[in-house]
Amino acid sequence: MPENRPYTETFLWQGRAALVVAKKNVMIYYLKPPVITFGVIFPLFFYLAFAAGHAGPVEAMVPGITSMALFFTASAVGPLVTPWERQAKTYERLVTSPASLSAILTGDVLAGMLFGALLSVLPLAIGLSATDARIVSAPQLLIGVVLGAVAFSALGVLLSAPASDTPSQVMMLSNLVRLPVIFVSGVFIPLAQMPAWGRWLAPLSPLSYSADLVRVGFGETRYFPLWVDVAALVGFTVAFLWSAHLLHRRTRDRAL
Amino acid sequence: MPGITFEPKLNAAAPSIEARGLTRRYGDLVAVDQIDFAVGHGEIFGFLGPNGAGKSTTVRMLTGYIPPTAGAITVAGYDLLSHPSAARRHLGVVPEEANVYADLTVRQNVMLMAELHGLPKERRTQNAGRLLEQFGLAERAGQKGRQLSKGLRQRLMLCMALVSDPDVLFLDEPTSGLDVASSRLIREVIARMNREQGITVFLTTHNIDEADELCHRVAIIDKGRIAAIDTPQALRQTVQSRRSVEVRFAGGSVPPAEMLDFGARTETVRLAHGYRVFGAEPGHIAQELANRATSHGFRIEHLYTLEPSLEEVFVHITSKGATVPAGETNA
Repeated sequence: MPENRPYTETFLWQGRAALVVAKKNVMIYYLKPPVITFGVIFPLFFYLAFAAGHAGPVEAMVPGITSMALFFTASAVGPLVTPWERQAKTYERLVTSPASLSAILTGDVLAGMLFGALLSVLPLAIGLSATDARIVSAPQLLIGVVLGAVAFSALGVLLSAPASDTPSQVMMLSNLVRLPVIFVSGVFIPLAQMPAWGRWLAPLSPLSYSADLVRVGFGETRYFPLWVDVAALVGFTVAFLWSAHLLHRRTRDRAL
Repeated sequence: MPGITFEPKLNAAAPSIEARGLTRRYGDLVAVDQIDFAVGHGEIFGFLGPNGAGKSTTVRMLTGYIPPTAGAITVAGYDLLSHPSAARRHLGVVPEEANVYADLTVRQNVMLMAELHGLPKERRTQNAGRLLEQFGLAERAGQKGRQLSKGLRQRLMLCMALVSDPDVLFLDEPTSGLDVASSRLIREVIARMNREQGITVFLTTHNIDEADELCHRVAIIDKGRIAAIDTPQALRQTVQSRRSVEVRFAGGSVPPAEMLDFGARTETVRLAHGYRVFGAEPGHIAQELANRATSHGFRIEHLYTLEPSLEEVFVHITSKGATVPAGETNA
């Protein structure tokens, strides 16, 4: 038996493999014109919809729309990557490459995170240029966007675990999970103003913590302490990734 | 990407591939049932079997795509189950029914696999250029995967499998459904790489002639169990009853039935232009046939003895569920 390689070497090697997988995903799945268009049009649509139906000041909707756009874009493509690979019959070769399952899933998360974080600049820019909204705490806004993007992207990767090579089926499941998350996360109404049942459900959604940080970034009152927001987003990311690893492994072990 | 080049050491003392008690169950169905075999360094090993015999399941276990229900696998000196990534860094894999990335160019597809294997930039550029040239894809390097025909895509998949200079190459039906030119090119390159670089090849195929032409040894799997392992030549000799004599009479004359009757342990089959008599002693049959033809006034146009083809051995073993006696295999 050859000698075991040091843990650090394996970690570095697999980290590099994760970057390769992320690059592959960006090139193949994220830089498609329809995906880019979706990422640009969606926040614009949010602004138009909110502007038409929102009674309060326009700048009050900027944090919510930014958070919602981040959530949708970061978790939009992740659920589809594995079903697309299965459908295109490229999955088995990827999995039999030296990249471990952890590296493949981490690469998927990185690509989604990058896509979500970069495209969240658009609603931010619209909000800052077209309304009176102003950034008060850039670090908290940045933490909210980055950690939120990682957690939402990890959720997307978890949703890609079902043994399906039909992306439309996974898309349905994805929306079934993602849409209810928005309504309990304080993106439409600040958490403090939600009814009791909403305040009970809000902690179950990673979007609540990201939106809380983004709101604080725009100078609004925080609902959770900073450390709770950070710990919750990290915790959700770990839980989503661990579950994704478990479910992807189970699907593969059954040769589905 | 920055080049991190940790090269795991290859254990030259161990066989390139070793499976011990390899078993895979799907519920009550036993797809692969306690198979054992070893593939030496630089060997081209054919894995034959009818549909559903367990070929692809075996390959998927050997490449780490699915875990075995029981048993052990060693690849390139690594225990595949405890060190999957280290083992897979020595492998090139062309899975059955795999495809290239349709939205990447030919060169990007190859470079992606090289990067996943951790090759430094200079080496992956060199390897990609050399392989694209060898497989006749250099002029198409900028074309998208979706623009390639099936034959060209299969060539590209071989480039992707070979770009990391693997020690062991797994090919699952590599020429299935391809035109003659692509099949021939792929066979030639596999043989040349094995000859010049000593690469070990594990080949599953339905094409018996391909296995006969390429493989140093073949295993025949049937109903999840290994029915025979040996060289194609030795396997042919194990099926004595499928040795034969082929005869054609001048002018297409039809001889009387008794002239072609050589007893209970032989079988006579009429061909489009002649007859084939199967029996364990084709020399004796040929001599007797010549004598009988002379005495009956028939002129022989062609007469020759034949060893059984690997296809006949395959059909004989798989259709009867026969297992070649232990003394006749060379596992």
